[in-house]
Amino acid sequence: MIPRPRPERFRLRRTMMFMNAQKPGLIKDAYIYGCDSIMLDLEDAVAENQKDAARFSLYHALKTVDYGDTEVIVRINGLDTPHWREDVRVCVAGGADGIRIAKCESAQDVLTVEKATEEAEREFGVEVGRTLLMAALESPKGILNAYEICAASERMFGVAISGGDFRKCMQTTPQRDGVDMLAARGQMLIAARAAGVQCFDTVFTNLDDTEGFEAEVLQNKAMGFDGKSLINPKQIRFVHQVFAPTEKEITQAEKILTAYREQSAAGVGVFTVDGKMIDIAFIPGAERTLKLARACGMWEGDLV
Amino acid sequence: MEVLKPAAAGTLESSDAQVMIEPGDGTISLSLQSSVMNQYGRQIKATILETLSRLDVTSARLTVVDKGALDCTLKARVECAVFRSCGASEENIPWGGAVR
Repeated sequence: MIPRPRPERFRLRRTMMFMNAQKPGLIKDAYIYGCDSIMLDLEDAVAENQKDAARFSLYHALKTVDYGDTEVIVRINGLDTPHWREDVRVCVAGGADGIRIAKCESAQDVLTVEKATEEAEREFGVEVGRTLLMAALESPKGILNAYEICAASERMFGVAISGGDFRKCMQTTPQRDGVDMLAARGQMLIAARAAGVQCFDTVFTNLDDTEGFEAEVLQNKAMGFDGKSLINPKQIRFVHQVFAPTEKEITQAEKILTAYREQSAAGVGVFTVDGKMIDIAFIPGAERTLKLARACGMWEGDLV
Repeated sequence: MEVLKPAAAGTLESSDAQVMIEPGDGTISLSLQSSVMNQYGRQIKATILETLSRLDVTSARLTVVDKGALDCTLKARVECAVFRSCGASEENIPWGGAVR
C-alpha cells in the first residue's frame, strides 16, 4: 500500500499525460517519464465492455504503484453514462489525487460529481475534501459556462478544453494557426483566471507532425495556459522547455522581489528596476516565475 | 462468492494475464501457463489462490495465461473474472474490503 500525500490544489502542472487505465503495461511505470501529472483514463480509451475491468486494474495500480511526485488524476466517464458513479467510488477508494469530469457543461455537473465524491470519501474513510476535481470542456455549452464551472467548487483546481469533441461540435478541424479554437481557448482562459484556477490545453494527436505540435505549444504558452494534455511521452520534453522561464526572466524576477522587500520595508510602494516601473502588481508574477524555475531545476534560492 | 457462469478478464498482451473462470465441482482447480513460470510460477499461483480466498470463492475451475503480469494486475484480473461470473462487476464493488 502506497499512501499518497494530500493532493495540492495548486501545483506545477505543465504536462498531463493520458494513459489507458485498462493497460497494465502502461500504468505500471507511467511515472518514469517525468510528466507533472498522469491522467489514467476510464473514459474513451477503455472499450464499453471493459469499463469494469479497467476499474479493478486502476484500483490496484493506485494502491500498489509508487508514483512518487507525479500527480495522479483519473478521467471518469461522462455523467450521461451508467459508469461514472462507480468510477468516482474507485478513484476515491484508491486514493487518486483528483478526478477529471468529462464533458462538463455546467456548475451543476461539478456539484453532482462533488456530491458523489464526498459520499465516497465518507464510505471509504478518506478525509472529506481530499479528492480534487477538474473539468474538461468539450462542447460550446461548456465553453459558454466556463466561469460558473471553474468557480463551482473549492475542490476545482483547473479546467481543460478537449479539442476533438469541441471541433466536431463547431464543424471545424485543426488549423495550423489555431484559429479553429482561438475563441474557445481565450474564453476558457479568461474564465479560469477570473475564478483563480488553472487552465490546460487539449492534446495534439498527430505524433508525426513535430512542427505543428511545437507551434501549438508556443501558442499555448503565449496565451497564458498553465500546461497541456499529452498523449505520448516524447511530447513532454518540449512542453517543459517552453514552459520553463528564461534566464533573463529569472534574473528579473529575483531583482524585482529583492527590491520589493527592501523598498516596502522602507515604506516605498512604487520604484524602478532596470528602468522599469515596479509595484505590488508585479510581485505575484515574479514569485510564480521563481517557483516555476525551481521546479524546472533552474533556480535555487529562498525568495519564494 | 459463487461462480455462476463462465467469465473471462484480461488480455494476452505483455504485462497482462488472461483469466478464465467456470463453475467448479466443490474445489479450486487451477491451470496456469506463464511466460515466467520457472522464475515466478509459485508466486503467481499463490497470488491467484489468495485472491480467490479473499473473495470467498471455494469452487471454481480457473485457466490463467500469464504474460509477465505484476501481482497487482493478476489480482485485478482474477477479481474482475469472479465478479463477472456473478454478474456483479459493474457497481458497488467492495473496494478496500474483499477487493484489496
